[in-house]
Amino acid sequence: MTSSLRFRAAIVSIALFLAFIGIWHIATRGTGAVASMTPEYAKLMGLTATQGKSAMPGPLDVGAKLWEHLKRPFYDNGPNDKGLGIQLGYSIARVGLGYFLAVIVAIPLGFLIGMSPLINKALDPFIQILKPISPLAWMPLALYTIKDSGLSAIFVIFICSVWPMLLNTAFGVAAVRKEWINVARTLEVGTVRRAFTVILPAAAPTILTGMRISIGIAWLVIVAAEMLVGGTGIGYFVWNEWNNLSITNVIIAILVIGVVGMLLDQILARFTRMVTFPE
Amino acid sequence: MRGEVGWRASARDPGEGDSQRAEQVENPPHPNLLPASGEKEHTTRVGTASMTPEKFISIEAIAKRYPGASGGEIAVFENLWLSMARGEFGCVIGHSGCGKTTVLNILAGLDEPSEGTVIVDGQAIEGTSLDRAVIFQSHALLPWRTVLGNVAYAVTSKWRDWDRARVKAHAQTFIDLVGLTGAEHKRPSELSGGMKQRVGIARALSITPKIMLMDEPFSALDALTRGTLQDEVRRICLETGQTAFMITHDVDEAIYLADKIFLMTNGPGAVLAEIVENPLPKDRGRTDLHRHPYYYAVRNHIVDFLVSRSKTFATDVPGHDPRNVPVVKIGKPELTIASVSDAPNDDSNQASWPGVSRPSTSS
Repeated sequence: MTSSLRFRAAIVSIALFLAFIGIWHIATRGTGAVASMTPEYAKLMGLTATQGKSAMPGPLDVGAKLWEHLKRPFYDNGPNDKGLGIQLGYSIARVGLGYFLAVIVAIPLGFLIGMSPLINKALDPFIQILKPISPLAWMPLALYTIKDSGLSAIFVIFICSVWPMLLNTAFGVAAVRKEWINVARTLEVGTVRRAFTVILPAAAPTILTGMRISIGIAWLVIVAAEMLVGGTGIGYFVWNEWNNLSITNVIIAILVIGVVGMLLDQILARFTRMVTFPE
Repeated sequence: MRGEVGWRASARDPGEGDSQRAEQVENPPHPNLLPASGEKEHTTRVGTASMTPEKFISIEAIAKRYPGASGGEIAVFENLWLSMARGEFGCVIGHSGCGKTTVLNILAGLDEPSEGTVIVDGQAIEGTSLDRAVIFQSHALLPWRTVLGNVAYAVTSKWRDWDRARVKAHAQTFIDLVGLTGAEHKRPSELSGGMKQRVGIARALSITPKIMLMDEPFSALDALTRGTLQDEVRRICLETGQTAFMITHDVDEAIYLADKIFLMTNGPGAVLAEIVENPLPKDRGRTDLHRHPYYYAVRNHIVDFLVSRSKTFATDVPGHDPRNVPVVKIGKPELTIASVSDAPNDDSNQASWPGVSRPSTSS
C-alpha cells in the first residue's frame, strides 16, 4: 500500500515537473521572424528582437548551460569567473565553519540553560532580544570589528544558527523526564556522567531538531551574506550573474542552492533519526 | 481442623521476639478465651510499633510541608514514625494524596523531609544511595538502551571499575532471574508492559540493594501480568531475604506480598494509623490465598479502613500517638465473634471455616 502510494506520488511529481517544463518552454520559445533585418544587424540584436523569443531563457537553454557547468565545475578564470563547484565549495565551507562554531557554543550553553533554572531566567531577556535580530543586521558591525569580509560572513552564519540550537537544546535538556533523572540519582550517577548518559541521549532528538532548523537558516542566510560581502560563494555568483544579465546562470544558481539546501537538511534528518528512540 | 492450626502456627513471623506472640503460637487460641471487653477492633492483640526488636529502617518524626495557596503551609503528613526489620516486606496503603509516594521518595533520598530523619541500617540517610534501589511505577527504563544496557547501566554505576565482560555477566544473572533470558538485546519499546517492569526489577536487584523501594510497581499492568510479577517479586524477596517497602492501592497485592501493612489516613495531615501484621503464613500461594481463614479478616479490616476509617481517623482516635502506632494482629476467631454483635449487617460467616467468621464490616 505504501509503495503503491509512493509510486503514484512519483507519477504525479513527474507529471507536474513535465507540465512545468512544458509551460516554461512554450512561454519562452520564439514566435518566428518578427522583423526583417540584415543578418549582421540581426546578429547584433539577438533572438529576442528577430525571432520574438522571450528574454527569459527557456528550459533548454538552462539545461544546456547546466550541463556546461556540470562538465567543468571547478574551473577558475579569475575572480569573476569561477566554476559553480568552487563557488558552492566556498559557501558550504563558510556555512560549515559558522555552523560548527555555533554548535560549540550553543549546545554547552543550552545544556547549562536547560539544567539551571537560574541561568535560564538570567539569560532569557538577552536571548529574547538577540534572537529576532536579522543576522544581516550584524553585518556592518561584523565588517567594522572583524575587518574581514569572509570572516564576517562566517560570523553572520554563526549568529543566525546559534539561536534555534540554543533554544532547542535548553528545551530538550529541561524536558528530560524526571523519572530518568531519578534513575540516575538513585544509582548515584555523578553530574557529568548523568549529563552524558541520561540527559544527552534523552535530549538528543530535540537538539538535533534544533540543529536541523539551524542548518536550514544558515543556508538561507549565506546567499544573502555573500551577496553583500562579495568575492566568492554561490550568493556572490548569483549577484555577479545578475550584473552580467545572465538570467540562465541565475536560474541555475537558484536550482543548485535548492539542491544543496535539501542535501544539508537530509543529512541532519538522518542524524536525527539515528538518535531518535522509540518509546 | 488440624490444617487450620498448622496455617496459624506457620503464620508467625520468625523474626518477632514478642513474648506475647510466642505464647500465642504455643497456645492456639480457643473460642472460650474471649476478651472481657467488647472492643470494636476485630483483632486480639494491639501492640505498638516501638516493640519491634530490630529497626533496620527507621523513619523518625518526618514531616513534609508544601507552601499553601493562601500563604501558609500545608502539611501532607507530620511527625510520622515507621520502622521495619531486616528482611521484612512492608506495604503502605492509603488513598491518593496521603503522602505515600512522598514517604517512599524520602526513603529513596529523592525527596527531603521538611523535618525529621530516616535511619537505615544504623545511619541517617543523606540523598540517594545504591543501597536503596527504586522500582518506579512507570518502569523508567532508558528507551535508548537495550534490556542488557539498562541493567548494565545500574551495574556499572555501582561497580565502576568492573570490565565489560564482568558487568555483562552480572547483568545477565539478573535478567535471567526475572525470566527475560533471550530478550537482552531488545529495546524497551519492543517489550510488553510486564516485561518492561521485569527489567525495572532486574535493574533494581542487580545493584544488590539493602532495600527495595517500589512505588506502585504493578499498577499499570493488566491483572494477569500483575499476578505473575507479584509471584516473581515474592519469590525473589523470599529467596534473597530482601527488605522491601512498597506502595500499593491493591489490597490483595498487599496481603499477598507484605509482612506488615501500613495503613495511612487521608491527607493533608495524614498519619500512619495502624500497622497490620499479615496473619497469613510465609509460604502462602497466590492461588489459594483467598481460602485462608484469615484472608477475609485482614482484607476486610484494610478495606474498612480505606472506605471509612481513613477519613474519620483523626476525630475517632484523638489520642493517637504517632510514635506508638497500634499493631493490629488479625485472626483471633474469638474476637471476630465478639465483633459480630456490633455489626448487624454482617452476613458472611463462613461455615467452611469453623470458628472463623468474617469480621465485622463496620467499626
